[in-house]
Amino acid sequence: MAEITISDLRHAYDGDLSDPSKLALKGINHVWRDGGAYALLGPSGCGKSSMLNMISGLVRPTAGRILFDGRDVTDLRPEERNIAQVFQFPVLYDTMTVAENLAFPLRNRRIAPAQITRRVNEVAEMLDLGPLLKRRAAGLGAADKQKISLGRGLVREDVAAILFDEPLTVIDPQVKFDLRRKLKLVHETLKLTLVYVTHDQSEALTFADQVVVMSHGEVMQAATPEELYDRPSHSFVGRFIGSPGMNFLPCALDGNQIRFDGGTIPAPALAPRPGSQLTLGLRPHAIQPADAPTGITADLIEVEDRGPWRIADIAIGTNHLKMKLKDDVPLPSGSFPVRFDPDATLLYADDLLTGDLRHAQA
Amino acid sequence: MHKLDDNRAWLLIVPVFALVAFNAIIPLMTVVNYSVQDIFGPGQRAFIGVEWFREMLRDPTIQAAFIRQMVFSGLVLAIQIPLGIAIALLLPRSGWKSSLAIILIAIPLLVPFNVVGTIWQVYARPEIGLLGRAINAVGFDYNYTASPVAAWVTLLLMDTWHWTPLVILLAFAGLCSIPQPYYQAARIDGASRYAIFRYIELPKLKGVMTIAVLLRFMDSFMIYTEPFVVTGGGPGSSTTFLSIRLVNMAVGQFDLGPAAAFSLMYFLVILLFSYVFYTILKMNSRA
Amino acid sequence: MMSIAETTLVAAPLARKRARSGGRRRAITASLLGLFLIFQALPIYWIVRMSLMTPANVLSRPDFLPVDPSLDNYRTIFSDPSWYMSFVNQITYVCLNTVISLAVALPAAYAFSRYRFIGDKHVFFWLFTNRMAPPAVFLLPFFQLYSAVGLFDTPWAVALAHTLFVVPLAVWILEGFMSGIPREIDETALIDGYSLPRFFVTIFMPLIASGVGVTAFFCFMFSWIELLLARTLTSVDARPIVVTMTRTASSSGLDWGLLAAAGVLTILPGVAVIWFVRNYIAKGFALGRV
Repeated sequence: MAEITISDLRHAYDGDLSDPSKLALKGINHVWRDGGAYALLGPSGCGKSSMLNMISGLVRPTAGRILFDGRDVTDLRPEERNIAQVFQFPVLYDTMTVAENLAFPLRNRRIAPAQITRRVNEVAEMLDLGPLLKRRAAGLGAADKQKISLGRGLVREDVAAILFDEPLTVIDPQVKFDLRRKLKLVHETLKLTLVYVTHDQSEALTFADQVVVMSHGEVMQAATPEELYDRPSHSFVGRFIGSPGMNFLPCALDGNQIRFDGGTIPAPALAPRPGSQLTLGLRPHAIQPADAPTGITADLIEVEDRGPWRIADIAIGTNHLKMKLKDDVPLPSGSFPVRFDPDATLLYADDLLTGDLRHAQA
Repeated sequence: MHKLDDNRAWLLIVPVFALVAFNAIIPLMTVVNYSVQDIFGPGQRAFIGVEWFREMLRDPTIQAAFIRQMVFSGLVLAIQIPLGIAIALLLPRSGWKSSLAIILIAIPLLVPFNVVGTIWQVYARPEIGLLGRAINAVGFDYNYTASPVAAWVTLLLMDTWHWTPLVILLAFAGLCSIPQPYYQAARIDGASRYAIFRYIELPKLKGVMTIAVLLRFMDSFMIYTEPFVVTGGGPGSSTTFLSIRLVNMAVGQFDLGPAAAFSLMYFLVILLFSYVFYTILKMNSRA
Repeated sequence: MMSIAETTLVAAPLARKRARSGGRRRAITASLLGLFLIFQALPIYWIVRMSLMTPANVLSRPDFLPVDPSLDNYRTIFSDPSWYMSFVNQITYVCLNTVISLAVALPAAYAFSRYRFIGDKHVFFWLFTNRMAPPAVFLLPFFQLYSAVGLFDTPWAVALAHTLFVVPLAVWILEGFMSGIPREIDETALIDGYSLPRFFVTIFMPLIASGVGVTAFFCFMFSWIELLLARTLTSVDARPIVVTMTRTASSSGLDWGLLAAAGVLTILPGVAVIWFVRNYIAKGFALGRV
């Protein structure tokens, strides 16, 4: 069990750090608390898998340090770091039985046979692999194979962290839920630091206490799922999280008004740096039809029914936005006034969050 | 993959079927025809049943050639399969160094059989060949035209030179198809280099190595041109393999009946061995 | 927590030691591979060396470097039509063989990879048994067959005869490649209104291009190096260079320099072909089914 500290991690696959825009990781600092469940979320190629492989020691960062409980492990090999890693595709030793697979890491470390048997049985018990122990690993289903991969990591008693690299990709949807719950249960029982790489936001948001959102080799935001949804600190996070993502309205500060194409709202007291690009960020639920004129008029383009709620495509001026309505809210047709929920109307300057309208006003 | 049931697919294999049937069935009928007749001259022939087969089975020169052939193919497999895997393991998996090494290694595969013979005939000569001189220089009395052992060593070296590349290419292809996470997981599990080979690489090579063993067995069992050019089957008859004996009989002595009977048995032996190899290797990978 | 600078100091000697042992391992790997490459290259060097020397020197001088090197042997070959035409003959039948083999193997491999039909496994196995037939067995029947159909001493005879052991391999390699392409692609195209032949040529072939390249390589290779059938099925007009070499050897005494030069020329097309497929060759068999 360990707290993992990442300090100024920079990486270039050709080893050349001189051009910062080409780096796979651009100077990342982060502390993964002992026992925490983290998700590393981001689009493909954002550097999340590279970062995971650096924590496990499969890839050596070009610059920066990695510490486990304050001990520098940057130069240690993977087998010296005591981590368990589960990959996208199940990795098994095909010729061995399930029990032999689980025992493999211990055999390599020349642990006494009696102790190996005990550990293998414990881990098999925990992962419900007991009845399969004598079977050949090659013939099993993908979910069982992933459990064996995990078990090979857990079988060592000194495991510092469990790393998952999109482990549910090849699992059938029906089994996915069970396996995810099992993983979560293992985490809660063992209280191990857990890092879960995924590009699927629902997986990340349901799994983790804290989600680290990455893009182009940088951490955009590290926060709880609620924070990511309610107060994305960067417009990228707003767009990436949520389905549909956050709406963005280019706007300008005009005296004590915020003016955008199609309307105005009162400006907050905060003063963004002059000259910065301003945008308003609104989650689809933050826009609602109003009973009386609000100074903002929307035109309905299209409605999409999603069961308990509907998603309306609307235009405000030349801006296209998505509005999320409960299905019992009557939907006006043609042009109608809308209001923005001040708590959920966020102001971004150069893509960075500066505040919401209510609190800024106070 | 799930396949569709559709007998119209036969239309697609008609061309291949016609071509191979033309090439295989008609000549095979000819051979079968000869094998059961005694031919005295044009138009004069008599049906004699399995007489030629019996005679061939009793022929001590054929028995000796058969044993020689078995030993040769056995040695070829014992040398080339492990060597091919070992070299494939040494090869870099990607990059220009890998391409360059592959090209250099593959060149002997594209040297015509008789040119291979020509090269080694001179290369292995004790007075003027680099190899022959080198072996004599380290103290062995090596002359492939005089000593059967030297002749065998020469042929085995030549075949290793010529055909190990095929095994290397197959093994390399097998190694390249192993996904990277297998190696990563093995590192995390603390596996030694040997354990990686034994538990990851070797099992994944089984498929391509089945092919390698089959191809190397068939081709070495049919070998003709290279030993014929280098040793002519000698010294004495120490390197007279089955094909050399067969060609001597059919073309040299023009004994068509016996040669045909011999041919059929030869073919059946290869078929049988290939089937046995295939079954054993298949069983192994399933057990 | 220790500061970063301190921990770096502790870890550095370890890292250096690792780098050294990794370096030693790489050096051993490289030198073993180097030794093997030398073993592979020396015989080739020896024939190149011979090709630059006179027959008398070849038979008397053991020197490592060529003695009195000259290009006379190559000049002889390029000025004598019986030599250079036999080179052309060989290229002709090898290319014919490659084209014929691919043309019949492609549809067959598609059938085996996509459909189940009566006797499919038996036909596949029967095809492969032909790869096991020793050429020596078929010499005389082939001579009679191709004489009877009037193709004896034409490139067609050799090209067709070589298909016997090339086609089974071609079907097998192509089948492996095709099975790697999901059948959904076929279905989508056929639903979109493509006919099977048009789909095959415009969509499917580009997808398996590397497989076709590798197959062509093996067709070319096994046809190029074969001697027995080529010698049996040709006499004068279609005689390939491998046969010309053997005839020269028996009639006018052994001109080793000339033989070596011809030998070097037979290696060159092979090198060119390897160069083209160098990046695909490794995949050729990996995808094949067993």
